[in-house]
Amino acid sequence: MRAYVVRRGLQVIPVTFGVTLLVFAMMLLIPGDPARAILGSYATPENVATLERQLALDRPPHIQYVTWLGNVVTGDFGRSYSLNRPVLDEILERFSATLLLAGTALLITVVLGLTAGIIAAVKQHRWQDRAFTVGALVGLSIPSFWLAMIFIVVFALGLGWFPTSGMRPAFGPSGPLTVLHHLVLPATALALVAAGVIARLTRSSMLEVLRQDYVRTATSKGITRQSVIMRHAFRNAVVNVVPVIGVQVGFLLGGAVYVETVFGWPGIGRMLVTAIGTRDILLVQGGVLLVAITYVLINLAADLVQAALDPRIRLG
Amino acid sequence: MSASTASPDQTPDDGVVVPRRGGTTWRRLKRNRLSVAGLIVLAIVVLLALLAPVLPLIDPAATNPANRLQPIGSEGHLLGTDHLGRDLLSRLIWGGRTSLSVGVFATLIAASIGSLIGLIAGFFGGATDNSLMRGIDVLMAFPYLLLAIALVAVLGPGLVNAMIAISIVNIPFFARAVRGTTVSLVASEYVDAARALAFSRLRILFREVLPNVMPTIIITMSTTVGWMITETAGLSFLGLGAQPPTSDWGAMLGAGREFITRAPHVMIVPGSAIFLVVISLNFLGDGLRDALDPRLK
Repeated sequence: MRAYVVRRGLQVIPVTFGVTLLVFAMMLLIPGDPARAILGSYATPENVATLERQLALDRPPHIQYVTWLGNVVTGDFGRSYSLNRPVLDEILERFSATLLLAGTALLITVVLGLTAGIIAAVKQHRWQDRAFTVGALVGLSIPSFWLAMIFIVVFALGLGWFPTSGMRPAFGPSGPLTVLHHLVLPATALALVAAGVIARLTRSSMLEVLRQDYVRTATSKGITRQSVIMRHAFRNAVVNVVPVIGVQVGFLLGGAVYVETVFGWPGIGRMLVTAIGTRDILLVQGGVLLVAITYVLINLAADLVQAALDPRIRLG
Repeated sequence: MSASTASPDQTPDDGVVVPRRGGTTWRRLKRNRLSVAGLIVLAIVVLLALLAPVLPLIDPAATNPANRLQPIGSEGHLLGTDHLGRDLLSRLIWGGRTSLSVGVFATLIAASIGSLIGLIAGFFGGATDNSLMRGIDVLMAFPYLLLAIALVAVLGPGLVNAMIAISIVNIPFFARAVRGTTVSLVASEYVDAARALAFSRLRILFREVLPNVMPTIIITMSTTVGWMITETAGLSFLGLGAQPPTSDWGAMLGAGREFITRAPHVMIVPGSAIFLVVISLNFLGDGLRDALDPRLK
C-alpha cells in the first residue's frame, strides 16, 4: 500500500503545478494592464507602479510566475479592491460555506445513489429497477439551477416547510436544527444530479458482480441473501464507484455556483460570479485556485480509498 | 428511413454479404422505445427552432407592459407573458434556436479538438502521448463548471465566450475516450497491414483509424451534448452568457427568477424546455450507446 500511496501521491505534483500555471495565466490573458485590473479603475498611477514592482509585472512571465507562486504558497493572495480586504480571508470564509453545502450534498449523493443503485440491481427488471433507473435519468437531466427554483416554489413558498434562502453557519450561534433547516433544500437540489450518476454506475457495477461465480458460490453455501448482497457483491462493486464519487465532488463544487446563487448562499461560487461582475480578478484567481487544489486532493483521497478496498489496484 | 431494412452490401472482390453497419445501428436503436421517444421529441423541438422565422409567432422582443406576467393559457399567449409582457411561447422557440445551436456548436468544437488530441496521443504514443494527456489531466483537475467560469472571467461574459468556455471544459472527455480507442486500434492487425503497405502515417491515422474511432466520438457526443446545453444555459442564467437583447433558455430562466413568487411560470417554461431536451438526449444517448457498442450493454 505504501508504494501505491507514494506513486499516486507523486502524480499530484505535476497536476498541481499545471493548475497553478493555468490559474496564473488567467492574469496574463485578461485584456489590459494587470496591475490596473487588480487595483480597479480608481487607482492612482503611483499605486499601479508600486504594485507592478511588487508582482514583478515589469519582469518576464516566468519571473512573474515564481513571484506569484511564492506569494500564494505563503498565503498572500493579494488584496481584493472591491471588498478592500485580503483575498485569503474572503475565500476561506466563503469556502467554509461552500464546504458545508457541498459536503451535505455529497452525503445525500452517496446515500441516495448507492441505495438506489443497489436496489435497482438486486431487483433487476422489476418495478423497483425501472423506477430507480428512470428516476436516476430524470435526476441527472434536471438542471440544478432550475431544480433549486422549483424547490423554492414548492417547498418554501408553497408548503412553507423550509426557508427560501440564506445560511446559518455550522458552528455559529444557531442550533444544528436551524442550520439543517436552511441546508435541506439547497443541498438536495445540488445532490440529485450527482446521485443520478452514482445510482446508474452502482447499478451496472452491482449487476456485473452479481453475475460472478463467487456470488453464486456464496449463495449456494447457504449464506443469507442480505449478506451475499452486501458483504460479497457490494464490497466489490463499490470499488468502481469510489473514484467516480471523487469526480462527482467536482460537479458538486461547480454546481454549487448555481445553487448558491438561487438560495443566496454566501459560498465561493456566488463570490466568483459577483467578482466576475466587478472584474475583481484576484478574487476569481484565489477562489478558483483554492477549489481546484481541494478537488485534486479529494480525487487523491478517492483513489487511495479505492486502493485500500482493492488490492489489485495497489499491487498492479 | 430506408436504412432500416438493412440492405446488404456486396463487397466487390469476394462476394461475401456483409450487413450494412448503419442499418444495424438503426435497427438496434429502434428496439429501444425510450430512445425513439427521445428522438421524436428532439425532432419536434429542432423543427420548431428551425421553423421559428416562418411560424406565426408574435415578435419575441415586442413588449407590452399592460399585459405583463400573464399566466399560461391566457388569450393570445399560450404560455403566458414575461415581466415585460413579451410572449413566452415565441421567446421559448426563438430562445431554443440560440440554446440548441450554441449547445451543438460547443459539442462540435469540443469533439473536433478533443478527438484530434486523443487520436494524436493514442497513435503516436510516447512523449507526444504523455505531454498531451498530462495537459488533459490539468484541465480535468478543475471542477467542471469552475473552469468554465474562470475562462469566462478571462474572456469576458457573452454567449460566444460562454460557448467557447463550455467546449474547452468538455475537450478532456473526448480526448480520453478517443485516445483509449485509438490505442487499442493501433495494435490491431489492419493497422499493421496498412503499415506493411507503407501508407503514410497521416493516411493511416485519418483513413484507417479515424473511421473506426467514430462510434466512440458519437457516443461521447451523445453523452456530453446534454450537459453542454445545460451548462451554457447555466452560464446565461448566472448572467455570464447571453446578454440582452439576445436571449436563450438560460437567460429566460435568470429573468424568471426575479418573479418566482408572483409568476413562477416564467421560469417553469424555459426550465421545462431544457429538461425535456436534455432527458430526450439522454434517452437517445443510452440507446445509441447500446446500438453502437453492444459490448457495453
